[in-house]
Amino acid sequence: MTLALDALTILAVSSGAVFFLAGTVGLLRFPDALSRLHALTKADNLGLGLIVFGLLFQMKGPSAALKLVSVWLLALLAGATVAQLIAHAARPGEPRQ
Amino acid sequence: MASDLGLAVLILGVSVWTIAARDTFAAVVGFIAYGLLLALVWVRLAAPDVALTEAALGSGLTGGLLLSASTRLRRGEITAFGDKPPATSRLAAAVICIPVAAGVAEVVLLLPEPPPTLAASAAANMPSTGLGNPVTAVLMAYRAIDTLLEVVVVLIALLGVWSLASDRVWGGLPGLRYRPDPDSPLTFIAQLLVPVGILLGIHIFWIGSVAPGGEFQGATIIAAMWILTMLAGLADAPAVSRRGLRLLLVAGPAAFIAIGLLGFAMTGAFLGYPPDYAKLLILAIEVPLTLSIAGMLGLLVAGPPRRRMER
Amino acid sequence: MADFLLAAAGFVLATVALGLVRVLWGPGEVDRIMAAQLLGTGGIAALLLWGEAMNLAAAVDVALTLALLAAFISVAFVKASTRSEADEA
Repeated sequence: MTLALDALTILAVSSGAVFFLAGTVGLLRFPDALSRLHALTKADNLGLGLIVFGLLFQMKGPSAALKLVSVWLLALLAGATVAQLIAHAARPGEPRQ
Repeated sequence: MASDLGLAVLILGVSVWTIAARDTFAAVVGFIAYGLLLALVWVRLAAPDVALTEAALGSGLTGGLLLSASTRLRRGEITAFGDKPPATSRLAAAVICIPVAAGVAEVVLLLPEPPPTLAASAAANMPSTGLGNPVTAVLMAYRAIDTLLEVVVVLIALLGVWSLASDRVWGGLPGLRYRPDPDSPLTFIAQLLVPVGILLGIHIFWIGSVAPGGEFQGATIIAAMWILTMLAGLADAPAVSRRGLRLLLVAGPAAFIAIGLLGFAMTGAFLGYPPDYAKLLILAIEVPLTLSIAGMLGLLVAGPPRRRMER
Repeated sequence: MADFLLAAAGFVLATVALGLVRVLWGPGEVDRIMAAQLLGTGGIAALLLWGEAMNLAAAVDVALTLALLAAFISVAFVKASTRSEADEA
């Protein structure tokens, strides 16, 4: 049982790390600030989600697992809304809908 | 471990970049990045209390302070770009700084191994304080006088900041008025994150007695949320001459000193706690102290009064 | 498992380091503002992995604090960088 859980953790954490790499590659290669912001927010948060998912299998109780998920939710919500704010700062001339 | 070495190299690189950065905003970004990386290092060294303080206070709040300073300096910055200090003063700075840095490095490298430590006796005496976290035991029981003096220093610093107000706006409202924009993502962020942040701040304060945390870290998080509310325009800074505000700021240090004097009556020493009541007394200090520190830190970032109080 | 988690944390930090180089190089302030988000997300990932590998339950609390503070700092960055007359009443 623990072997299966460990395998799931390794799989999920590895894919999460790959997404972090993808986010950085986007950061390095994309031509303008908004697409870099896009790469940073989406890829890194997805990577974080996968890592949290992988770590859930290692948690010993529901409260620890819940805390881990709440970290990810907080990071996701904060990241998504802050990205909107930064994007508007990058293009101040655009009229907001 | 290779990744630890990589982290150390990264921190060195960021700090060199921060010093070499040409404009103030870039330097502040570098400083904040450096602080966040340092918090990671503290966790790697299994010191979560220090990591919490570094992330919240050393990086977050100090970063906010430096940012508001950098915006004030913006106007004069363009003209200051061309000015470079003369070669002689740069040489003098090098002559002074290099031996000092070398001396500090030598002292760190020559530290005795294993380092002298009081950790064993600190842990052994913890049951008499009723606490489960040795760091909090040191801060609030063994060296409570240091904590008291730190808080008073922050209060005096705040008074110093307030004294920078011009006569016209003396006792008025700090900072600028930010206009709230109901459609802006900033309003959404403030309405979403602030309640979560306040809960987190209270949580970190409360578990400080048995796990890493404490009143300074919790208060800093609450202060950051207050500043966020002000930045979003959802609340305005209070006038610094308001009595309620001043009572709030003084409540923490006053409670600290009062309980310290009570210690004379109960144990014959300032800030002495009788073992049965230690936890209760520490709590009685910590609750008003957290509120006061949150107020002090928030007002420090808000800055000196810039607007007059409306009658 | 602990070694794997430590290695994963090191890998994530390496990607953060690469991204940081690009982000601090700028030019322009918008790129630098992203440094807070980059360090925030990457730092949280590293902290959670280290917390499990080193059996340090408090690392999750530090991660929560980091998430909140990265958002706060990003907002402060944006406000500091885009000061306009419209903000001031």
